[in-house]
Amino acid sequence: MIPGSFNYHRPASVADAIKLLSDLGEDARPLAGGHSLVPMMKLRLASPAHLVDLHGIAGLKGIRRDGDTLLIGAMTTQHDLLASDEIAKSVPILHEAALLIADPQVRYRGTIGGNVANGDPGNDMPALMMTLGATYRLEGPGGAREVAAADFYQGAYFTALEPGEILTSISVPAPPAGHGYAYEKLKRKVGDYATAAAAVVLTMADGKVASCTIGLTNVHETPLVAADAAKAVIGTNLDSAALKKAAAAAETIMSPAADARGPVEYRKHVGGIMVTRALQRAASRAR
Amino acid sequence: MNDMTPTRDQRAAALEGMGCKRKRVEDIRFTQGKGNYVDDVKLPGMLHGDFVRSPHPHARVKKIDDSEALKVPGVLAVITAETLKTVNLAWMPTLAGDVQMVLADGKVLFQNQEVAFVVATDRYAADDGINKVVVEYEPLPPLVDPFKSMDPDAPVLREDLAGKTAGAHGPRKHHNHIFEWTVGDRELTDAAFKKADVTIKEMISYHRTHPSPLETCQCVCSFDKIKGELTIWGTFQAPHVIRTVVSLIAKLPEQKIHVIAPDIGGGFGNKVGAYPGYICAAVASIVTGKPVKWVEDRIENLTATSFARDYHMTTEIAATRDGKVTGLRVHVLADHGAFDACADPSKWPAGFFNIVTGSYDFPTAHLAVDGVYTNKAPGGVAYRCSFRVTEAAYCIERAMDILAQKLGMDPAELRLKNFIKPEQFPYHSALGWEYDSGDYHTAMRKMMETTNYAALRKEQAEKRAAFKRGETREIMGLGVSFFTEIVGAGPSKNCDILGIAMFDSCEIRLHPTGTGIARMGTKSQGQGHETTWAQIIATEIGIPADNIQVEEGNTDTAPYGLGTYGSRSTPVAGAAIAMAARKIKAKAQMIAAYKLEVHEDDLEWDIDGFRVKGLPERFLSMKDICWAAYNSVPPGMEPGLEAVSYYDPPNMTYPFGAYLCVMDIDVDTGVYKVRRFYALDDCGTRINPMIIEGQVHGGLTEAFAIAMGQEIRYDEAGNVVTGSFMDFFMPTAVETPHWETDFTVTPSPHHPIGAKGVGESPNVGGVPAFSNAVNDAFSFLGSTHIQMPHDYWRNWKAAKELGAVA
Ligand SMILES: Cc1cc2nc3c(=O)[nH]c(=O)nc-3n(C[C@H](O)[C@H](O)[C@H](O)COP(=O)(O)OP(=O)(O)OC[C@H]3O[C@@H](n4cnc5c(N)ncnc54)[C@H](O)[C@@H]3O)c2cc1C
Repeated sequence: MIPGSFNYHRPASVADAIKLLSDLGEDARPLAGGHSLVPMMKLRLASPAHLVDLHGIAGLKGIRRDGDTLLIGAMTTQHDLLASDEIAKSVPILHEAALLIADPQVRYRGTIGGNVANGDPGNDMPALMMTLGATYRLEGPGGAREVAAADFYQGAYFTALEPGEILTSISVPAPPAGHGYAYEKLKRKVGDYATAAAAVVLTMADGKVASCTIGLTNVHETPLVAADAAKAVIGTNLDSAALKKAAAAAETIMSPAADARGPVEYRKHVGGIMVTRALQRAASRAR
Repeated sequence: MNDMTPTRDQRAAALEGMGCKRKRVEDIRFTQGKGNYVDDVKLPGMLHGDFVRSPHPHARVKKIDDSEALKVPGVLAVITAETLKTVNLAWMPTLAGDVQMVLADGKVLFQNQEVAFVVATDRYAADDGINKVVVEYEPLPPLVDPFKSMDPDAPVLREDLAGKTAGAHGPRKHHNHIFEWTVGDRELTDAAFKKADVTIKEMISYHRTHPSPLETCQCVCSFDKIKGELTIWGTFQAPHVIRTVVSLIAKLPEQKIHVIAPDIGGGFGNKVGAYPGYICAAVASIVTGKPVKWVEDRIENLTATSFARDYHMTTEIAATRDGKVTGLRVHVLADHGAFDACADPSKWPAGFFNIVTGSYDFPTAHLAVDGVYTNKAPGGVAYRCSFRVTEAAYCIERAMDILAQKLGMDPAELRLKNFIKPEQFPYHSALGWEYDSGDYHTAMRKMMETTNYAALRKEQAEKRAAFKRGETREIMGLGVSFFTEIVGAGPSKNCDILGIAMFDSCEIRLHPTGTGIARMGTKSQGQGHETTWAQIIATEIGIPADNIQVEEGNTDTAPYGLGTYGSRSTPVAGAAIAMAARKIKAKAQMIAAYKLEVHEDDLEWDIDGFRVKGLPERFLSMKDICWAAYNSVPPGMEPGLEAVSYYDPPNMTYPFGAYLCVMDIDVDTGVYKVRRFYALDDCGTRINPMIIEGQVHGGLTEAFAIAMGQEIRYDEAGNVVTGSFMDFFMPTAVETPHWETDFTVTPSPHHPIGAKGVGESPNVGGVPAFSNAVNDAFSFLGSTHIQMPHDYWRNWKAAKELGAVA
């Protein structure tokens, strides 16, 4: 549990960071909160020769509303999200989910940028970003580009990030007023990644589901959007038949690994239950 | 009498003696981050050592190439079994009469086994060096399942034992067999089973787990070549034993070895034995002439230093139709991993597992334990329990529930019907123990009344009906546990460690100004000895606890003792403290008589001094006696006021308790909630009720963890898959249930202050309470026994197998 040796860099601008990462190549990694990267380094599962710490770059941190969109800087911590009135008001599901990530110590350091860029299927924010229709701003030697969260994840620890690129901010379209939301996460204890988790954002009209998006965490090598499951509940009043159908549809796209949290069958089964419970709780909150 | 004269109550309270909820004095430094742990020891020029470990569970070691490692800047030496052979230390004896490789000698026998020790100027360089040592292995088939250890074609694990048909505990039946231990009357027991109206039989497993103290095992060894002296700072629960072991195996004179156990961050049995890290650090210090530190990381702690439990207990009870038990038969298959590194008293290969008749009056019983080798880490230690007592308590408490279910009786009623009765004490059990004292019926009834047990059963019946009607997906379980422990090892007639009787000791020196220092052979790892030991002295000799400095852990200053584990400190050292104090009191009485000019027999003790009988104003306080002891002792008496006591207990002590766990389980996810947990403990005389409560809280939290998920698990290929706190269940304050504590007091008749010990009771009694709650919840769906641990997915699996989920 002792990391290998590395060089530490602390650039003061995005341009400098990009230059460092491009010049140093494969051996360099951006460092944000360090709460995914450093544990991997301690296990020597990652041995970067250079760490490019993003903490020295002003402007990568902060939450701001621009019309109907929330802009969140990559270096905004989970704690910052929890402390933000804007988040609590406009995208309360982010508040709910951030509270289910690790513990206060980790949340003081861990950043939203690191959480979504990491590419670990156990991270909670990626499925939420897909559910909310967020896009990531990636800046690199070739300039800046926007990539939808839904197109970002390619496999466990494989993302659309190109060498030399960093994720600088996230834009989250604020869900409509009166929307219902819920993030249901089954975990064994505080500080554990999800056995399975489901994010739901929906709107109701006349007691029926008018629109619905469902995201899934840690039941596949990437986060998932369960489109068929959402389709199964639109137009229904979430009666038990509709809920069953949604859970079954969600389960068909899950392919979790067996681990100490349980065998595959269990993780899929509770994945379905998380979907059901998230739908019910979201509906109860919709106005 | 003027108003300023303190009342007797005020004088007694000022002592903060026994019965006082005195605040823990050690917490002043712990809560300010001012403790002094092994890793705080930093010596000039100190080097750091760390291990190359085996990725294979079973393999031949063909070659170790350290040439690249030695090129890493800062790396000074790579020690292997070949190096250790030059000083005859490639293998070391275990406390259980086996031998254990210090570093892989030709073979590795478990994953993460120590293969080479890299010594470097700092920990980073040491780890860089580890990554450069190239070890060539030839994998061998792993043996993971203990039930297959004695198959005819099972792989040979311990080639060093080839041809040895007997081990330290008698004949071996197979190349992977360690010992067989039998107790009790086989014929009488067989006869009881033949005659029985009702019998039950169940294989009850107590899975492998780990004590996992927050501070891992560690040491700093410093060899002074000029003086020929070795100083070891280490995380030792038994520092004197370590000194003797080091002297015997390293062939150093014992007076030239100084063992110091500073503050220790939890032990729970993990820090009793000797580990390869200690030997390697000592050898490295001798070789380099520099101090060498070895600090285990979390993964190493969980996967290499001793595990606990791994007992597979086939249990049978014979009973009459109306629920009177008539016989008990238990066979245990004990998985010890690659080496039998049990930390039990030497003559007890399965510890005190023969306490397995529990709190019940079994007329006859028979027990057989077979120890076997597997390709797993060696052990196992007593994780917050006296030797194998928690396994025994789990075995009998689970089996009594199974019998109750078969008889259609309430588990509490069945227990009440079979308890040893108060008038039967001292009670001789069918498996050979003499229980000192107990009043089980009173404790059980108090538990049932306080928790309103009858109402809970009624609620459960209603919930079960609602579940069957499909109105709820939650099931409710009541876990009853009534345990009897055997602690305080122990009397020299049956307890020793490597030939040293398991006494304990205390030395008290009082200073002229009425204060003093007391040293013991025990070593606190969080139990609060600095607080409670002073309280015993305060009550015994009337010196305020605050005026007694307690010191443990330095073998140069403390009297020889066997250390702290197995709830032995209060039963054994606690007795030595009282006896040493009484020696002082006897001398003090002579001094007082001289000063007050009366005969000793004319004096009576009064809280904090001696008074002349019938003349209340003729009084000499202990404080004044201390002063007198240094300037005006009676003619012919030696000055000073100090005493030493080595206490060889006449018997063990037998704490007991009645626990109840109320649990709800969601069958769809397997998620459980502990709604209520009530723990009544009877540990005899209570020295500090606050510390007792803290011990009970901690022990229950560990019991909760163990029963509900904490396990060391190996996959079929022999890989250990629970190597960090992500997967090894360590509950936080969030998961931990609320604990309700209660007590009765049945003093031990043979202990000077009547105290029995409490540190381990909650772990021993807690595990069956949790497991019985889960089993009780599922029983109405048709199950008789579900194995631990009861984590979420296994609860769901049970529900599924019982048809409760689709
Ligand atoms: C005990 C514990 C429990 C945890 N539990 C959870 C949990 O339940 N749910 C959960 O979601 N997470 C959990 N985490 C992970 C935590 O949320 C991390 O903080 C997060 O995954 C990574 O964020 P970070 O800021 O720490 O990133 P770092 O660890 O610094 O970086 C992570 C990866 O992302 C890359 N990276 C970081 N920032 C950028 C950027 N701006 N652009 C490009 N690449 C970047 C790094 O190079 C690295 O590869 C847990 C962590 C711990 C230690």
